[in-house]
Amino acid sequence: MSAMAFPPWAVWLMLLGLAAFAGMIALSIRRNRGIRRTLFAFPYGLWIVVFTLIPLLLIGYYAFTDRSGAFTLDNFRTFWDSNFEMRKQMLDMGFDPADLGIARGNVNMDTLIYSLWMAFLCTLICLAMGYPAALFMADRNFKLGSTLVVLFIIPMWMNFLLRTIAWMSLLEDNGLINTLLGALGLPRMQLMYNSRAVLLGMVYNYLPFMVFPIYNALSKQDPKLSEAAMDLGANAALTFFKVTLPLSLPGVISGITMVFMPSVTTFFIPRVLGGGNTEMFGDLIERTFLSADNWNVGSALSLIMMVLILLSLTTLRKFDPEGEGGTMI
Amino acid sequence: MSRMFKRGYLALMLLFLYVPILVLIVQSFNAGVSRAKWQGFSLKWYIDLFNSASIMNAFYITVTIALLAALFATILGTLAAIGIHAMQKRPQGIMMTLTNIPMTMPDIVTGISLMLLYIFTRIPRGYFSMLLAHITFNIPYVILSVMPKLKQMNKFSYEAALDLGATPGYALRHVILPSVMPGVITGALLSFTLSLDDFTISYFTTSPLVQNLSTLIYSEARKGIKPTMNALSALMFVALLVLLLAVNRRANLVKETK
Repeated sequence: MSAMAFPPWAVWLMLLGLAAFAGMIALSIRRNRGIRRTLFAFPYGLWIVVFTLIPLLLIGYYAFTDRSGAFTLDNFRTFWDSNFEMRKQMLDMGFDPADLGIARGNVNMDTLIYSLWMAFLCTLICLAMGYPAALFMADRNFKLGSTLVVLFIIPMWMNFLLRTIAWMSLLEDNGLINTLLGALGLPRMQLMYNSRAVLLGMVYNYLPFMVFPIYNALSKQDPKLSEAAMDLGANAALTFFKVTLPLSLPGVISGITMVFMPSVTTFFIPRVLGGGNTEMFGDLIERTFLSADNWNVGSALSLIMMVLILLSLTTLRKFDPEGEGGTMI
Repeated sequence: MSRMFKRGYLALMLLFLYVPILVLIVQSFNAGVSRAKWQGFSLKWYIDLFNSASIMNAFYITVTIALLAALFATILGTLAAIGIHAMQKRPQGIMMTLTNIPMTMPDIVTGISLMLLYIFTRIPRGYFSMLLAHITFNIPYVILSVMPKLKQMNKFSYEAALDLGATPGYALRHVILPSVMPGVITGALLSFTLSLDDFTISYFTTSPLVQNLSTLIYSEARKGIKPTMNALSALMFVALLVLLLAVNRRANLVKETK
């Protein structure tokens, strides 16, 4: 297959890396008469520099330069004002953009606010739907619980594009739901191409990410704790709010993280289920890079998104200092 | 009463999760193109599916990339985990932070940053670039699956093996590897499934000429979905179900024999 042909330089690069690795191991064997195990992390260290750190630096480089490669902050100004470049050109030509009726463009800011709002709603709905589900499944008297958890996993194994497309055939104008409505003599509804459809698609895709961490936290809990609360006279509601819920908070926090992060950056679901005015921040970045071919502004937008995500992650970690996420920078 | 409510609630949740998938499977056997009307049973779309060169090629690319990416990521990740585990506290912390970066980065940023790297270094985007990208996002998951097993290991068993005359290579193969093996297998399986399912990163790191199933579905979805896609989803769903049941059964058998 021609597509599989490796470019020759890549082969050389890999051979060089392997030779360097083998050389270092051989050297350390001769010196200490034992392989230094820390060296095993060497190829990975090399990998991370080439495929994670350098690419990130490239995003930073493009975000702070213009097309000619000179330093500029204009890309970030374009985030604040999507008409920035146009207005700048007009000023250069001696026109006042305000006279021509060109005001600040809100597109980018509005998209960001819309994405954050949608992700917030999605997280809230997933939490409201997922917490009771996790709670009921973690119930020790409920023998089917562990089987049901597997049933929650299975849909996640299906390609998420196909899962989203599956909703299309339900929501379309002549889709299943509208056909059923028609058969019942009810008026048909416009279900697709709006924010509600996008939200539905997001909740559908991310709900299991909320259920698992909460289920894990709940099923690890010692049942003796809530039994003790009951013995000491607390009723079911009090036991839940004073014992079960606080102890499950780490699970809730990781659930929120696992739902919120991908929802902010999703870029397929709004395109399939949403209409023209449901663009989210992920779509904006993709469009800026690939359709508008503006890497500089696109990189600036990516940087802004990463900063937002790091900020929200660190905020969430504050509530869960023992989170299993590991250390942050 | 409360028990009924709990079961009813869980049943509703499962209905929500499964209805779209079931509808999709039923539609894959529908003879007509219309998605709302049932026009008779037919295997037409399945035949179309196997005759479609683009889908079969995408399938081949998806599976080979997932296998190769899982293989390389497992080797690199396991070695890395052993190395990081043996490090002093400070370098260990740095390495774990570096490992967490790609995991906290949104997929779209990972994809775009790699795309910039490929354009900058003039690496043509295609099969090879996609493979490198998949290895990159898989390694951290392997490390995080192997690390707990290393921490559970007795600190001194490796040194004891050396004291008893084992060469470091022998001790590695007979002491460290067997005890981290479950983590290695988890990491490999995780890598394989992540790679099978990935869309965003593949989308930015390949060319329109080399498509895996996800990017192919994406470009088809923009043109309007053909019923062959339903057939494909139905097949993938059933295949995964069988795989999952087999793995579960094997796990149960292992438990029983122990």
